[in-house]
Amino acid sequence: MPEKGWRELPIGGKILQGGNSVEYETGSWRTYRPVVDKAKCINCMRCWLLCPDSAIYAEGEEMAGYDYMHCKGCGICEEICPVDAIEMVLESEKDKIPADERGVKAIEEAREKAK
Amino acid sequence: MSKVLPLTGNEAGAEAMRQIAPDVVAAYPITPQTELMHRFADYVADGVVPTELILVESEHSAMSACVGASAAGARVMTATSSQGMALMWEILYIAAALRQPIVMPLVNRALSAPINIHCDHSDSMGARDTGWIQLYCENCQEVYDNVVQAVKIAEDKDVLLPVMVCYDGFILSHTVERVEVLEDHEVKEFIGPYVADRPLLDLDHPVTYGPLDLQDYYFEHKRQEAEAMRNCKPVIQRVAGEYELLSGRKYGPFDEYFTQDAEHIMVCLGSAAGTAKAAVDELRDAGEKVGLLKLRVFRPFPAEELIAALSHAKGIAVMDRADGVNSIGGPVFSEIRAAVYGHSSAKISNYIYGLGGRDIDIDMMKSVFQDMKDGKYAEQAYYIGVRE
Repeated sequence: MPEKGWRELPIGGKILQGGNSVEYETGSWRTYRPVVDKAKCINCMRCWLLCPDSAIYAEGEEMAGYDYMHCKGCGICEEICPVDAIEMVLESEKDKIPADERGVKAIEEAREKAK
Repeated sequence: MSKVLPLTGNEAGAEAMRQIAPDVVAAYPITPQTELMHRFADYVADGVVPTELILVESEHSAMSACVGASAAGARVMTATSSQGMALMWEILYIAAALRQPIVMPLVNRALSAPINIHCDHSDSMGARDTGWIQLYCENCQEVYDNVVQAVKIAEDKDVLLPVMVCYDGFILSHTVERVEVLEDHEVKEFIGPYVADRPLLDLDHPVTYGPLDLQDYYFEHKRQEAEAMRNCKPVIQRVAGEYELLSGRKYGPFDEYFTQDAEHIMVCLGSAAGTAKAAVDELRDAGEKVGLLKLRVFRPFPAEELIAALSHAKGIAVMDRADGVNSIGGPVFSEIRAAVYGHSSAKISNYIYGLGGRDIDIDMMKSVFQDMKDGKYAEQAYYIGVRE
């Protein structure tokens, strides 16, 4: 999101619309990125249930990857996974991670919406 | 049509508050503010004002309730002194930064320790950088006039900052003076109805107050606050002009008393200005070119106007009723010297006086002018009225 100068912003730090926290890219706070190995995943959905940022996608009855725009990398999903299907990988090494097309697309969509 | 009443400073403040009739007042009693709130609470109990009076458990809660009520969309006032404002401290910044136009009479009293209930300016001067506008009063008339004007200044859409109306504890708060009071309807029309800027209780336009504001936006919001403080200079002038039409009494950022041709000028604020004027009168009668500049507006600091008013002087003595305890001098001195730096060749010295309510008399004021006449200036503050 392009950042506005002080003359353009609402005064007093007020946010003048409701329901817009989705536009805030908290994914940039992340140090470690969770990566799921769907070959191991049993779709128990514990990660989906416990994610404090609702950053895990569910499709039907399947765990379907991450919303990396909002995942802060807390690691609860890795901790809770009963089959060790989730690995926390340093963001600086994320190029080594196979691209999660779904997550990348979600970020692009959210950025577009925020403009 | 105005009427003349015998009022203490606190009664003058309460009378102004009755006429303003704020939607919400949240307050906690503290000497010497107590009488003001006592009087206002009577008005509420008697049904004279429709104000919701919130009796809280501390000043921290008082200012917190004021911020909440103001954010909800109410016209809000409170009042305090000394330790009370010290306890409000963190919320003072929040009130200003959330841009809530709260008006607060601050009855100046020394800060502990040692414990003392009498006047000095250490409470309000400590709060000079909280983002509040500060107006200082010389007498009970000014208490009334400044409280009424404060509402209109605070609520101006270019300002939206809280205002502290500072007046000297006991010296003004408990002294009966002749006060001209406007008619109720005149005050009501002067301040007009309050229309809040995006209030929380406007349910059709939901808004978030006080969200987290980190490295990416906090600086911009503080810059806005600084701009609002700059903007309020012309607003204070405009409000004073409108008030003069209504009351016949003239207000500006400061009063000049025989300063135009003065070689030696004293700068002070608060009730001591009355004593200083008496000293100037006596010295003028003796042919001395002396004058007094009485500051009314300390925040925003009227630097440009002060340069124009002071730069011709040979000597300037700045009186501080609060000690900076910084080995240099008091807060008024630091700012005056910074303002005139590069604009004047005047020598400037600082006098700390009246701490904890210590009296200052005409002879002491005259001795300050005598020091300037004798070329006696110092880099560090003089203490006047203290026993060596």
